[in-house]
Amino acid sequence: MPVTTIDGREVHVDAEGFLTDPSEWDEGLGKTLAAAIGIDMTEEHWKVIRFLREDFQTQGETATTRRVQTVGGFPTKQQFELFPKKPAKKMAYIAGLPKPRGCV
Amino acid sequence: MTDAPIVPSFDDEATTGRKLAIICSKGNLDMAYPALILGNAALGEGVETHLFFTFWGFDMITKSRMHDLKFTPVGNTATHMPQGLTPLPGMTAMATRQLKKSIADLDVPEVPEFLEQIVAAGGHLWACRLTADMNRLTEADLYEEVEGIITASDFIELTEGAQLLFI
Repeated sequence: MPVTTIDGREVHVDAEGFLTDPSEWDEGLGKTLAAAIGIDMTEEHWKVIRFLREDFQTQGETATTRRVQTVGGFPTKQQFELFPKKPAKKMAYIAGLPKPRGCV
Repeated sequence: MTDAPIVPSFDDEATTGRKLAIICSKGNLDMAYPALILGNAALGEGVETHLFFTFWGFDMITKSRMHDLKFTPVGNTATHMPQGLTPLPGMTAMATRQLKKSIADLDVPEVPEFLEQIVAAGGHLWACRLTADMNRLTEADLYEEVEGIITASDFIELTEGAQLLFI
């Protein structure tokens, strides 16, 4: 499992760069991860990321865009606006979570 | 331990220009889902996606029918039911109920809501001109988010360079 240095601290990541230990994450790190993929975090972004973190705590897996809409209450369209092109993967990456497993 | 941080490549540039065209020609409930799931997945990967509804696939976008697609075990050996039982009265209704339940249990939306999600994700829906004419249907009969009733040639033209799925 590779270790990489982000924001001056060592974090565990998979081969692609997704964090493998959600407990190594905090919002400061999330901001840096977002910047690394060209996303400037606003309060709207944070609301979605906080939902993903909370949902992961209870479900043990990363919410899909569908779940972010139906349970989190963030419409699909908004997810694509905030995290363009590949919202599911980008949200997971910024939130320090694995890529979602669900197909829908 | 590496010096430069490992950052995933989301290949935003690489997917620009990739297109997927899906031709939906079936009106059975179980045959509606492959197109919806794959189209939705493609959109989630930043791929421009067009769905073309033709022949029986028109049921997926016809207002009076899209809420009521059915699944039948008749002639479908993959259900592993004795084939002699499948045409009995009530069997299609029962099979449809069961399939809908299995789908809902996985939090996969029903067909109309799935189309809504696909459109919200930037997908394009097109209806086949010949099918509309054969069934005397107009845009007023179709789901509002269908962008237009177009000919086969129009569809081929607008999906130039696309990868194509026929379902």
